[in-house]
Amino acid sequence: MFAELELRARFGDKGYGGNYSSESLVAVLQEVEDGFVKAQADPVFMNRFRELLTTFAGRATPLMFAERLSEKYGRRIYLKREDLLHGGAHKTNSVIGQLLLAQYMGKTRIIAETGAGQHGVATAMTGAKLGLPVEVYMGAIDVQRQQSNVKRMELFGATVHPVSTGGATLKDAINDAMRDWITNVGSTYHCFGTAAGPYPYPSMVKYFQSVIGVEAKEQLREQAGVLPDAVFACIGGGSNAIGTFAPFVDDPSVRLYGAEPGGLDDGSDKHAATLTRGTPGVFHGMHSLFLQNAEGQITNTHSIAAGLDYPGVGPELVALQDSGRATYEAVSDAETVDAFAELSLLEGIIPAFESAHALALALRTAPKLDSEAVLLVCISGRGDKDLDEYWHYRGI
Amino acid sequence: MNRFDKTFQAADRKMFIPFFTLGDPNREESLALIRAAVDAGADAVELGFPFSDPITDGPINQRSMARSLKAGMTYDGCVEMLRDIREIYPDLPIGLLLYYNLLFKRGRSAYAELADIGVDGVVCSDLPIDESAEHMELLAEHGLGCIQMVAPNTPIDRATRLFDTSSAFTYVISRFGTTGPSAEFEDNSVQRIEMLRSLTDKPIVVGFGVSKHSQVVDFWNAGADGVIVGSHFSLLVERNLDDVSLARKEIEGFVRGLRTPDAA
Ligand SMILES: Cc1ncc(COP(=O)(O)O)c(C=O)c1O
Repeated sequence: MFAELELRARFGDKGYGGNYSSESLVAVLQEVEDGFVKAQADPVFMNRFRELLTTFAGRATPLMFAERLSEKYGRRIYLKREDLLHGGAHKTNSVIGQLLLAQYMGKTRIIAETGAGQHGVATAMTGAKLGLPVEVYMGAIDVQRQQSNVKRMELFGATVHPVSTGGATLKDAINDAMRDWITNVGSTYHCFGTAAGPYPYPSMVKYFQSVIGVEAKEQLREQAGVLPDAVFACIGGGSNAIGTFAPFVDDPSVRLYGAEPGGLDDGSDKHAATLTRGTPGVFHGMHSLFLQNAEGQITNTHSIAAGLDYPGVGPELVALQDSGRATYEAVSDAETVDAFAELSLLEGIIPAFESAHALALALRTAPKLDSEAVLLVCISGRGDKDLDEYWHYRGI
Repeated sequence: MNRFDKTFQAADRKMFIPFFTLGDPNREESLALIRAAVDAGADAVELGFPFSDPITDGPINQRSMARSLKAGMTYDGCVEMLRDIREIYPDLPIGLLLYYNLLFKRGRSAYAELADIGVDGVVCSDLPIDESAEHMELLAEHGLGCIQMVAPNTPIDRATRLFDTSSAFTYVISRFGTTGPSAEFEDNSVQRIEMLRSLTDKPIVVGFGVSKHSQVVDFWNAGADGVIVGSHFSLLVERNLDDVSLARKEIEGFVRGLRTPDAA
């Protein structure tokens, strides 16, 4: 169900990753590592995890051949339907794993940050299921543009803290979640939303999310008897991307593509294309690429997709770029909105704005691939949350 | 020998160390605040470079850093201010608090630059010892003091290692949490300083949350060689942005008052 666990502190020749946390978090990060290693080897824990993924979250999610899309673009396109996962996005995979781990560690209070609200929703609903109190930090701008998710979190009994410092988006929400953890480190588990941050989160979240890729690989083999020629995922911090890529990294014939948020694409800094335009730095617990000025002040970013609106990225994805194994391209807000509409019209699926980035990159890349090529696209979440923004963008 | 070592060795009294964000609310006023505190009797200063995303800071210092950046403060600006301060106070121990990304971006030459200015010690609140081999090497190479931080949940054997690898002093975080004034400290905060005191003869400085004379004195009495007050002063600045001289006078009064007999 998962890729083989590989706990790594550093990635690639340049040693991205690491554990750059404040001294107050050093001890608890050690607890997380120890707890995770123990839990992952404990059949009772893993059986409970698999059971909840099945009965609570609805795994396995389908792999769907996108007939009309494939016809239009002349390539065979398969969609991995994480939009059908309970909660509406892939975030649930990692959240169930992390909250079970929190219980395993004896933690009694859960905090999380959220951008699009999807990770917050997944944490709030899983907290409700497991009887764990949840507090979610969310940028004030994201609270505005993802209202339906705020309401869902509140219905699950979570407290949502709007964060109005900095750019009032995901980076700022992460800052405040980290500050909360520094303060309440004894009782609290920080359920981190992506495969980034200090060790062991990048490896741990990748492991939980590898269920996406492992399932899709098997399903594609069953349905079409082939490996994909190209795999596409969107990149915020990188959890659905690294989870989708995981079982394909060692298959040299499979090309890996990541779509990052190009934002307004007007030459301004209104974007969040960290992998293609960022520079090396140390922030949010990791050595990675960041959008920052020459002095190292972190930039406030923009993307129409709140879940991608982040100036950093997980370290393993950077290493995959350096080694040439993966290719990343920026996708603008405008292309994203077109892909969002196209999938709705042709396949009856409303993708999250985040996932529409991945689709847009797949459609852009399709003509450059062999005419027999099979494309696998991770639809990381559903787009109901983005309807208001969509009509707003279209000026209606 | 760096000025912290000299001062701690000579000290017949406990040190009081105010913290200021360089450039808050602007360069001129910031320098005037620092001068006021030193002229009133501060034994050393701890100075912070403003950072866009200060994760170990509470709301008051976050706003202080945001004001400084908004007023146009830059890394070069901080360097210039430090040179000014060093010129006015040749013997004042100066410690710096930076978020590591600023040093990382400045590159290896940052350490030579800080040494050339006459900085005495550096602490990065987001660089644990486990990731700081190169940082520590560069500090040592340039004769800069290495200030390690000890947190409330740092295990004893690790605390011992942090004391052993500190030069200048070790920064002991007073309680769980980010920076920001605490109305009261739990009894165990003070007891913890006594316990840590028993582990080392090296200088211990306590910071985070201290805002009252009585708290400073309690930590001194528990065995701290120095105490840092920061957010309390940032808050005074914030409350007097219309007339920062009022904040200056209050800070002056706070520092002077510590040395009057009835403060204890
Ligand atoms: C549907 C969806 N996809 C993708 C992301 C981006 O996160 P990641 O890069 O960790 O997959 C988010 C984040 O909120 C999301 O909600």
